[in-house]
Amino acid sequence: MPAVSKGDGMRGLAVFISDIRNCKSKEAEVKRINKELANIRSKFKGDKALDGYSKKKYVCKLLFIFLLGHDIDFGHMEAVNLLSSNKYTEKQIGYLFISVLVNSNSDLIRLINNGIKNDLTSRNPTFMNLALHCIANVGSREMAEAFASQIPSILVAGDTMDSVKQSAALCLLRLNRTSPDLVPMGEWTARVVHLLNDQHLGVVTAAASLITTLAQKSPEDFKTSISLAVARLSRIVTSASIDLQDYTYYFVAAPWLSVKLLRLLQCYTPPEDAALRSRLTECLETILNKAQEPPKSKKVQHSNAKNAVLFEAIALIIHHDSEPTLLVRACNQLGQFLQHRETNLRYLALESMCTLASSEFSHEAVKTHIDTVINALKTERDVSVRQRAVDLLYAMCDRSNAKQIVAEMLSYLENADYSIREEIVLKVAILAEKYAVDYTWYVDTILNLIRMAGDHVSEEVWYRVIQIVINRDEVQGYAAKTVFEALQAPACHENLVKVGGYILGEFGNLIAGDSRSSPLVQFDLLHSKFHLCSVPTRALLLSAYIKFINLFPEVKTTIQEVLRSDSQLRNADVELQQRAIEYLRLSCIASTDILATVLEEMPPFPERESSILAKLKRKKGPGILPDIDDTRWNGNGNVEHSESVEGTNKSSPSLMADLLPTNRPRPSSSSPTMLSAGTMGSAHPFTDLLNLNSAPSAGASLLVDVLSDSFSPASQDVSDENFSRFVCKNNGVIFENQLLQIGLKSEYRQNLGRIYVFFGNKTSTQFLSFSSSVISSDSLKTQLNIHAKAVDPTVEGGAQLQQILNIECVSDFTDAPVLDIQFRYGGALQNIAVKLPVMLNKFFQPTEMKSQDFFQRWKQLGVPQQEVQTIFKAKHPMDTDVTNAKILGFGVALLDGVDPNPANFVGSGVIHTKSTQVGCLLRLEPNAQAEMYRLTLRTSRESVSQRLCDLLSDQF
Amino acid sequence: MIKAILIFNNHGKPRLSKFYEHYSEDTEQQIIRETFHLVSKRDENVCNFLEGGMLIGGSDYRLIYRHYATLYFVFCVDSSESELGILDLIQVFVETLDKCFENVCELDLIFHVDKVHNILAEMVMGGMVLETNMNEIITQVDSQNKMEKSEQSP
Repeated sequence: MPAVSKGDGMRGLAVFISDIRNCKSKEAEVKRINKELANIRSKFKGDKALDGYSKKKYVCKLLFIFLLGHDIDFGHMEAVNLLSSNKYTEKQIGYLFISVLVNSNSDLIRLINNGIKNDLTSRNPTFMNLALHCIANVGSREMAEAFASQIPSILVAGDTMDSVKQSAALCLLRLNRTSPDLVPMGEWTARVVHLLNDQHLGVVTAAASLITTLAQKSPEDFKTSISLAVARLSRIVTSASIDLQDYTYYFVAAPWLSVKLLRLLQCYTPPEDAALRSRLTECLETILNKAQEPPKSKKVQHSNAKNAVLFEAIALIIHHDSEPTLLVRACNQLGQFLQHRETNLRYLALESMCTLASSEFSHEAVKTHIDTVINALKTERDVSVRQRAVDLLYAMCDRSNAKQIVAEMLSYLENADYSIREEIVLKVAILAEKYAVDYTWYVDTILNLIRMAGDHVSEEVWYRVIQIVINRDEVQGYAAKTVFEALQAPACHENLVKVGGYILGEFGNLIAGDSRSSPLVQFDLLHSKFHLCSVPTRALLLSAYIKFINLFPEVKTTIQEVLRSDSQLRNADVELQQRAIEYLRLSCIASTDILATVLEEMPPFPERESSILAKLKRKKGPGILPDIDDTRWNGNGNVEHSESVEGTNKSSPSLMADLLPTNRPRPSSSSPTMLSAGTMGSAHPFTDLLNLNSAPSAGASLLVDVLSDSFSPASQDVSDENFSRFVCKNNGVIFENQLLQIGLKSEYRQNLGRIYVFFGNKTSTQFLSFSSSVISSDSLKTQLNIHAKAVDPTVEGGAQLQQILNIECVSDFTDAPVLDIQFRYGGALQNIAVKLPVMLNKFFQPTEMKSQDFFQRWKQLGVPQQEVQTIFKAKHPMDTDVTNAKILGFGVALLDGVDPNPANFVGSGVIHTKSTQVGCLLRLEPNAQAEMYRLTLRTSRESVSQRLCDLLSDQF
Repeated sequence: MIKAILIFNNHGKPRLSKFYEHYSEDTEQQIIRETFHLVSKRDENVCNFLEGGMLIGGSDYRLIYRHYATLYFVFCVDSSESELGILDLIQVFVETLDKCFENVCELDLIFHVDKVHNILAEMVMGGMVLETNMNEIITQVDSQNKMEKSEQSP
């Protein structure tokens, strides 16, 4: 019997859908929809009370219209009314409408909550399920507040039906994700763990999901789940499939539950109890054995289900990283999959192997598959699979195979998809640097990169090659020769000209002995590219020329002539003109000695973490972002992995280690400082190189950067580079260096806030005497109360520590508090200070208002001091959706249809402080042609307007 | 967790969209378009997983999809879900639809959006897998239909 009979249902709905489908054009469709919307609207507004059936029909129509991509701005009330119907079908439609269309901050939530409350207490399992579904689907804070304490008791009550238990478990899980602070832990936790023993496998599956999430947060509380999970898994894996009711899927016993249990076990280290441990090992072996058995069905579903369990078992083996035999078996199994005819399995095998490569037990075993992986890179039809192959090559790379892998990646680069080229370039650059035995190979590799994929070579990459050449005496001559040869090509990429200009300007003298590369030849070669280059490159070349004057007095007059030509001295670009004039004057008036001092060879660069590595991490997203939902961050953290490989190879000399703190004192009157400090005004390609982390900016600000860089050690500065990224968002990574990553999750409500700070130890050594406290300036202390909970003084290697900060906003403020972190790492005291992104706008509550209200208030705030306006240039592409998201993220409500010009953005909100509330209206007017914005803020307080304006204008 | 479940046809017309995280209507439509664009240009017989589009969260999220005749079934999930597990879940979903509608086709999805939503709700709730056993799901759907029948014939 068909479960859904097609005959019954709503005739009016079917007719309407048929009408839409018969529309010949988009216009006709829109017209028909508008007609229907008008009809429904009048029905809803009409005097005659609608019966449940009609309401249901109209709500269904609205759902359909919504699916077609039209906004629905009414009908919510009718849907809410359906919740209180006694008829199941009407209630169901009401809930459906709400879970599809109502967002979490709707003002109807209170009414909806009322309906839910009635259904939850109805003792009718069907109604209870509908209510629980609705809570889980909407998942708003108001709902969490109303029901979070009630659901655990439904879940563990003895008389609750199985299906309701299932829903209750997942509902609780959802609330725990959206509002963890509102879900109380308590005596129910122990009873939840025992649901793993439940008769009903659906309940066990739901409970396993819930426990996995809870165990990630408080592993200690759920430790008892290990033995239960192992026991359950063992029963599934070893039993004949007949015992498992209907949960056998294409001859595989309860695959989803097995996957969930294996995931749950990945929250923990291997069980300490020997018997339990051997029982788990037995399970894992059985799963591996089953993979070798002939398939019980030819259907792809059978192998999918079987392999889903297998891959999860392998993930657990890798996570435990303690049983060498299992690890090697896992590796062999994946090796077989690498050549499987199913693309999905090849994809997953490549991905799993990436994590396997990081284990010292299996790294060598993974390396044996190098040829297969290289072959995959060349022959796979699917770019997603090729990308995984690149990842795996990167992960398995070490000193022994670096040359081969880099060569293969380079040759793949030529045909690679554009979308992943930049990533490959970064990876090649990192590997080439990390495993370079001789630097000539490194220089060749990077120049090849530029030649093959110049557009995808980011600044970080070419900065880095120059840093390395400058810091290594023995490679300078070779580098000069190689770039000179590379520049001979009639068409070369601008990045090559930059590297060439820089290197010849510094080390051209090393190859000047050969008549084929005499000073004049070098100069002519560089200058032949000059006119094809962009302004920054030309500026760099001018600096190279003045360096030539110092290196080769014999070309002085030639270069002076070039500098003197109208195209330089009267160049329309101020930067170029200034350089030409200043360099020309310098070459004329300075004595040889002064010239030699000013234009001395660049001193070695102070070493820091390769900015390329940082860039790759950024690209890859927050690799070890404290994401409690993400149990497999290790799986994606390829970068971290290679560092740990590096750790195991400590004995062999590495370029990185070599380059680390060189500590060569820089002369106090060192040439770059002089160059930029006054005499030259702005020699920015040079100073840029010193300030790899700063965005390209005007000469004046660079000057400050250079000075601060050379006079105060960077580690004691307050880090605020990520500060402004948090203005419009609450979560992310605020700070990261080689040792420590700090991630934040924050939530605010009226004048209160809470920040979860996650400290991730990126090393394999523990941090001792760890402390973290909040420092505020004196004035800030009276404006903002911050209470930091104490933290554990040790952080294990690879572990994460959480700290909770509770915040209360007393009155409006401008400064930001600083998080001061101290710990000992390998005996050395580390001190890190990070500016905490607690800004005034975090205490916004959005307020919706109508057009006329908005204008009335706008006029009321007409005193000149209340308005702050700024006009500024767009720093990012002007995208409406991005801007929308940013304004919403800033905390105000976006008001549609208020501004007569639809391109403008209008928002309103209220800043909540303990002492007062400050209403705020804002308006942002983009000018796409000029790429400018005008931002206007009106609030009742001058200081608030100013601060908000400063914060927001920085975001676009 | 599952972030979104989308069904659209070979021309990109959405037939079902269910988001388990809140987006504006506009963004939802854009995500559907972006996802269609990503999925539809792929050959048959390539792998069923790919990285999510920028709007839905980029490489932290994965699209797992199957293509049946005229329809694409796409699940957008984070890394806490098993790829093959989700792939099978899509299969269970389709088999269930097939049982409920007797040889399901695109038209069934069009004319019975509410039913499809209800069936899906028996499998996935708030972005988490609720039930994977087809018989159990169908039993639930059947009992709902019985209630519906009894309400229609007073």
